[in-house]
Amino acid sequence: MNINLTLIGQMITFVVFVWFTKKYVWAPIIAALEERKTKIADGLAAAEKGKHELELAESRAVDVLKESKAKAQEFIAQAQKRADEIIDEAKGTARIEGERIISAAQALAEQEMSEAKEKLRKEVGKLAIAGAEQILMREVDASAHKEVLEKLGAQL
Amino acid sequence: MSTETITSSEYIKHHLTNLTFGQHPDGHWGIAHSAEEAKEMGFWAIHLDSMFWSIFLGALFVFFFSKIAKRATAGVPGKFQNFVETIVDFVDDSVKDSFSAKNDLVAPLALTIFVWVFLMNLMDLIPVDVIPWLTQKLHIAHYMKVVPSTDPNVTFGMAIGVFLLTLYYSVKVKGVGGFLGELTLQPFEAKNPLVKLLLIPVNFFLEFVSLISKPISLSLRLFGNMYAGEMIFILIALMYSAGWAMGTFGGFLQFIWAVFHILIITLQAFIFMTLTIVYMDMAHTDHVDH
Repeated sequence: MNINLTLIGQMITFVVFVWFTKKYVWAPIIAALEERKTKIADGLAAAEKGKHELELAESRAVDVLKESKAKAQEFIAQAQKRADEIIDEAKGTARIEGERIISAAQALAEQEMSEAKEKLRKEVGKLAIAGAEQILMREVDASAHKEVLEKLGAQL
Repeated sequence: MSTETITSSEYIKHHLTNLTFGQHPDGHWGIAHSAEEAKEMGFWAIHLDSMFWSIFLGALFVFFFSKIAKRATAGVPGKFQNFVETIVDFVDDSVKDSFSAKNDLVAPLALTIFVWVFLMNLMDLIPVDVIPWLTQKLHIAHYMKVVPSTDPNVTFGMAIGVFLLTLYYSVKVKGVGGFLGELTLQPFEAKNPLVKLLLIPVNFFLEFVSLISKPISLSLRLFGNMYAGEMIFILIALMYSAGWAMGTFGGFLQFIWAVFHILIITLQAFIFMTLTIVYMDMAHTDHVDH
């Protein structure tokens, strides 16, 4: 229990150990702890960023989906419209064609009818002349009565 | 010297005597062979056991911690690194709680004190007779006090170290004038210069006592606790020589006291560290402003 040189010795030892701890224990450990702290902070920030980006991407995906859906709808509508148009067009063409065919047939029929009428008239003219010859019992000079005959033919 | 033949008081005295190296009254240097001889050596003697154990334990601490610190990674820490980091974190939190100024020395100082004092106190848990018996059998030393913190030289050595640091930083932070002003111009303050002058001796007396009481209370608290704890272990150890019934009871008592002592040694190390931090904080802050 005597106070002696041990006191001085202990003080020197104390100073040496504190110096050593400061330099070789405290500094590296605190540096490692700080580094880990920043690492963790960075990691957390990155995770947060990733989460945010995921959210953005999700919303973007929803947008794209919506857009494409709308586009598809539009396409379908357009196609529908086009189909209707084509059908209408076809219908129109068909009608015109039909009408054309009908009118052609009618024209042909009329032509044939008028040709038949002409034939008939000529036939009737001949018959009338033959009849008249019979009645007059003499030959009718066709050339002399040509005017009369033609007038008669036109009346028929 | 066999334990059967010595009396209880001799046994206790033997346990409380340091292995002292110094100059004998007849002029030659050597190891003291009794407590009286050690006393006669005066100031110019050294306690070999206290010095050996404190340096050994301190070296153990810095060796282990610096080895871990060298390999410390910011990645996933290993088992030992985790252990060291826990202590470092604990000390760092304590420093951040009580120390408001900026000084890179305080935290390593606190760490050194905490672990070193803890290890020195921990020696108390080794049964009191084991190491002295070993050194006697191996003819190394007759006296062997293994708990350095039961040596007032050791606790005073550290407390004075802390005290000198607080003085140094007081002067460094506040200047010589600020430091002297703190010693002489408070707690009693006066506007009148004459009254101020008259109050200086009173203030100085009060402040000087409180200044000096810091290292003394710091070291005596640790020393007293550890000395008393050691004393109780020695008294319990005495029971082993009083028959097997008393011996068994003594063993039981020793276990109980050791368990309780785990609390004390940790607490004392913690208190020494915390007070050091507080004293350093006081050295860095101006009291006059308050």
